[in-house]
Amino acid sequence: MLAYIIKRILSLIPVLAVVTIAIFLIIHITPGNPAAAILGIEASQEEIEQLNQDLGLDRPLLEQYTSWVAHVFKGDLGDSIFMDQPVSEAIAEHISPTLSLAILAQVIAIILAIPFGMIAAYKRGSVADYSLMGLSLLGMAVPSFLLGLFLMLFVGVKLQWLPVAGYEPLSSGLWEHMKYLILPGISLGTIQAALITRMTRSSMLEVLNLNFIKTARSKGLHEMKVLFKHAFRSAFLPILTVIGQTFGTLVTGAVVVEAIFNIPGLGQLILNSIARRDFAVIQGVVLVVTLMYVTINLVIDLLYGAVDPRVRLERK
Amino acid sequence: MSKEPLLKVNNLKTHFHTERGVVTAVNGVSFSMNSGDIIGIVGESGSGKSVMSQSIMRLLDHTDAVEYEGEVIFEKENLLSLSQSRLRAIRGDQISMIFQDPLTSLSPVYTIGNQIGEAIRLHQKKSKKEAHQQAVEILRLTGIPSPEVRVNEYPHQLSGGMQQRAMIAMALSCEPRLLIADEPTTALDVTIQAQILELIADLNRKMGMGVLFITHDLGVVSEICTGVKVMYLGQIVEEAPTDQLFQTPLHPYTQGLIQSIPKLEGDRNEPLHVIEGTVPSLTDIPQGCGFSTRCPYADELCRTSEPPMRIATTEHRVKCWHYEAINELEGRETTVGTSK
Repeated sequence: MLAYIIKRILSLIPVLAVVTIAIFLIIHITPGNPAAAILGIEASQEEIEQLNQDLGLDRPLLEQYTSWVAHVFKGDLGDSIFMDQPVSEAIAEHISPTLSLAILAQVIAIILAIPFGMIAAYKRGSVADYSLMGLSLLGMAVPSFLLGLFLMLFVGVKLQWLPVAGYEPLSSGLWEHMKYLILPGISLGTIQAALITRMTRSSMLEVLNLNFIKTARSKGLHEMKVLFKHAFRSAFLPILTVIGQTFGTLVTGAVVVEAIFNIPGLGQLILNSIARRDFAVIQGVVLVVTLMYVTINLVIDLLYGAVDPRVRLERK
Repeated sequence: MSKEPLLKVNNLKTHFHTERGVVTAVNGVSFSMNSGDIIGIVGESGSGKSVMSQSIMRLLDHTDAVEYEGEVIFEKENLLSLSQSRLRAIRGDQISMIFQDPLTSLSPVYTIGNQIGEAIRLHQKKSKKEAHQQAVEILRLTGIPSPEVRVNEYPHQLSGGMQQRAMIAMALSCEPRLLIADEPTTALDVTIQAQILELIADLNRKMGMGVLFITHDLGVVSEICTGVKVMYLGQIVEEAPTDQLFQTPLHPYTQGLIQSIPKLEGDRNEPLHVIEGTVPSLTDIPQGCGFSTRCPYADELCRTSEPPMRIATTEHRVKCWHYEAINELEGRETTVGTSK
């Protein structure tokens, strides 16, 4: 198991190298001189050159890259050009709404999707199966912003059960915090739920046809035990993969939902920074999101080992 | 002599409702067996032997739209009309089953000991520790070397032969009265196959359980079975004690099967005997005798009406209109015997 963990962690190094290079190059690939963008169209050539010098943009690329990476390793993501605060501080302020939203959306998705997928697989070809599959198709087809607007209209405006938009930090109480996140959580989680339902169904269908399910039944096990202890445990790996992958897309997909529900998360931060060409912030946010993505995938990989002895005990 | 048979199957039919209509995979099978018997069920792929064996334990209940007809009497109870909970109490305890491919028949994510112990804990209400201990003992009985180590391993860490031993250990863990073995040696290589056969025969003697042995391999049958039923298109076409069946096979299909066993002492240049044609599809069962489309002796009678099960000798039954004529015509004194 230890060897497996080490192998997984070492394999992150090349990924991170590529990621940092790509993020670093954002500044230099995007058209338009950042200094010119910062200073506006009225700026003179001297002013632009002066700012370029201040920002270190006139140095050779390699030198800029190594100094940036060195700073990143120390936790220093640079300073925001517009907000007068370090990038790391800005990210820290905006990350918790996004994380809360993404986790809530994922929890909603998992709670709905796994039972739905299992029922659909177990009752394959039944009315329940067809309705669930129809629902999940709908769930994948409806864009999250549209669903969000509908929820706002019906639950927020008409029924007035939940606030229409806005955000309260966790420090103002769990319910206050959740109250604002439920609707965006549903809008964001629906697509995930649809995906995970489908994955659960197909993975369970595959496993239910395997011989060891027959063995489990031939032992006299109760159907529930056959389903949960034997079938689900083996069907769980691909489901886990989808959950991991979609969690990454949740963090990035939150951009739209955050904009609609006016949640001050990473999505808003990056949208505003793109509009302002605040490169340090853009780089910082992209880097943090990528790190989250990579970390989640690492955790999923490690969970594989915990779930499946064939992965854990692989000799090589 | 008049003791109750262990298992009595009466006119068992298994229908599947498919999109293309009803398919009858088992079409009126009747037989009975006593404890201590090892009965071989022989047939080509598609003969319905696996479906038949799984119908006995109703393992097909969860497949799409299956319907059983007839009776499967085990210990005075008709398994086909039992409640699910009563059925679960019998499965794994009184009747257990081993399957063709041991690797896929064992769960990949639990240790051997866990999987064997599961049945013990379920049926004998033992603690985890006792079940584990018992699992080690049963593994030892099946001849797995160092069972106390193997018990904690996962199926993929064992060789094919050991996996099948583990599977057998699981099936035998509650000392069943009846063991159904569905092609248990097909996926194994020949030396392991012999060991597994010996193990099953040995356990049959020691524990006095009945064994229903499903196979397509007549060689295997001749080695361990006391009696044989030959199946074709979901029906038994011939049944006899093993020696009789090999010495005087009466049904043209059985004769074909026996002739198609390659012989060591034969002429190498002589082509292997084959039964012409293939098993008809279950959706397209011929009228009359099921074998008439492939039978060299078939006439008008065979093609129009189905032969009854006819009694040749007290223990030998055959489902053929013309078996007397055919066997006289051939002047047959079949000397195939056992070819290993």
